[in-house]
Amino acid sequence: MAMTMTEKILARAAGRDAVRPGDNIWVNVDVLMTHDVCGPGTIGVFQQHFGKDARVWDPEKVVIIPDHYIFTADEKARRNVGILREFVAQQGIRHFYDVGTDRYKGVCHVALPEGGHTRPGEVLFGTDSHTCTAGAFGEFATGIGNTDAGFVMGTGKLWVKVPETMRFIFEGELPPYLMAKDLILQVIGDIGVDGATYRAMEFAGDGVYSLNIEERMTLCNMVIEAGGKNGVIAPDQVTLDYLRARTDKPFTVVTNDPGATFHSERVYDVAKLEPVVAKPHSPDNRALARELSEVRLDRAYIGSCTGGKITDFIAAARILKGRQVAIDTFIVPATTEVAKGLVRERVEGQTLAEIFRDAGCKLGQPSCAACLGGPADTFGRLNEPLKCISTTNRNFPGRMGHKEGQVFLASPLTAAASAVTGRITDPREML
Amino acid sequence: MLDKIQGKVYVLGDDIDTDQIIPAHYLTFNPAVPEERRMFGVYALSGVPLAQAGLPEGQRPFVPEGGAPGEYRIVVAGKNFGCGSSREHAPLALDEAGVEAVIAESYARIFFRNSVNGGYLIPYETPTRLVDEIRTGDEVELDVRANRLTNRTTGKSYELSPLGDILPILEAGDVFAYARASGMLA
Ligand code: SF4
Repeated sequence: MAMTMTEKILARAAGRDAVRPGDNIWVNVDVLMTHDVCGPGTIGVFQQHFGKDARVWDPEKVVIIPDHYIFTADEKARRNVGILREFVAQQGIRHFYDVGTDRYKGVCHVALPEGGHTRPGEVLFGTDSHTCTAGAFGEFATGIGNTDAGFVMGTGKLWVKVPETMRFIFEGELPPYLMAKDLILQVIGDIGVDGATYRAMEFAGDGVYSLNIEERMTLCNMVIEAGGKNGVIAPDQVTLDYLRARTDKPFTVVTNDPGATFHSERVYDVAKLEPVVAKPHSPDNRALARELSEVRLDRAYIGSCTGGKITDFIAAARILKGRQVAIDTFIVPATTEVAKGLVRERVEGQTLAEIFRDAGCKLGQPSCAACLGGPADTFGRLNEPLKCISTTNRNFPGRMGHKEGQVFLASPLTAAASAVTGRITDPREML
Repeated sequence: MLDKIQGKVYVLGDDIDTDQIIPAHYLTFNPAVPEERRMFGVYALSGVPLAQAGLPEGQRPFVPEGGAPGEYRIVVAGKNFGCGSSREHAPLALDEAGVEAVIAESYARIFFRNSVNGGYLIPYETPTRLVDEIRTGDEVELDVRANRLTNRTTGKSYELSPLGDILPILEAGDVFAYARASGMLA
């Protein structure tokens, strides 16, 4: 029976020859990831059900990445990292990226591939909805809650319902003013915030394969904003080159069978697309950037798992080079590796960090920071009802801190161009 | 699983995301610590903008000043309830606030799954848009065996979608009990 990539990965993980959409199956888990926000609760569930001294099913397969509430004086936030530390020591878990050590990385979805924990054909669960990011490596990756994660910790298994797959094909090479963020906001605007609920979203076409791995991660990152269960992109040489530099574990590349059945297919000609913005308070509230030039802003924020990678900062630097920001502009690298890139990568002879400082931006430390608000002392948090253009992935009420804050989601190019003018600006005006 | 749930209903709109159900700055509480777990009930639905809090009028606090549990046992909402993050703190917060069931037109997948696997509440789907029919504070009765919601305040009754695949897990109590019952777990 012909199967999609997602179906094949799940069938393998369930030890079956074939599965169909709608089947409820138990799968073997290759990697379980948790972080400081959901880790303590997950550990609580695990210990409650398997005992205080129980061992995790496989300490090599558990990855723990503190990233959310890191640079804060909040005592509970610090205590939570302490709980992770104690657990990791008790369990002998090696893959722990502790705060305050040179192993510290930052935002889990970027840290996972950097640490070599994402591999084609595998099943990855994480206690974070954006775990779907790792679908960019041709694996099944999705977010789960504490109970499910506690269950996996004890058993190495979880039940899943096999999703149907929606295909999104991008044809043509991306023009220099568009980024992956524009593509995914376009899709979410078209299908709505629940347009892919329970389904897999597969991205293909030469437009997708012309993107580097970070941009592909951005596509898969936001499938959850359309309700998707997982995003997936079949690996190519770009994927394999990235992986080979980071893991020597064997893996199997899985692709769609010829004749596989899809729920639907949408084809986009990228040459016809324009820079877009998602207005408050929903990621599907799409408008063209050039139509919003009347919107005055208070702040710009460039960071997070979806918009704080080195590709994102190179794009922002292309705009900000030799210019000044007109509003408070926060730059937050997702991980320490990205932070190193800020002082290494150059645009026209200047490092990214120099360009941002000269433009008047504020540079923060690698973590989730204000992407989800966090404690009041979080870098870049909206503590007042401000209007902010942001490269993050969500703009629900209160997401970046203040309940009446207004968040406009955009690509790093659009966010940077808007930072310069203080109003929403199509980056074509500055490229 | 309860067969019948009676009590007051709290009504919300579409796309109620997990930041509205439990705002991110409360996530530092650890649900494994009982005193901290209770705090999720105290702040449940505190991120809902006031105008949309308790429809149709709004401005209705979900949890009283004194703290959880509140007076509402059932939440009625529109489509895509629980979208956003994977935080299990969301169904847990509703549970701590005294909610036994949510009745929505549709759910975001992770919230739905967490509600069932964690044994927090029954996530019912309704084919009818109840948000325009039922008012916050109405007295309702949910018959879980018959998949039927009766609004005692108005006398109207509505058929809900059967629970389907999730029924065995709800009946077992949570995913652990279900796995034990199905021989998955010793
Ligand atoms: S950066 Fe934002 S979206 Fe990404 S994991 Fe952190 S809080 Fe979640």
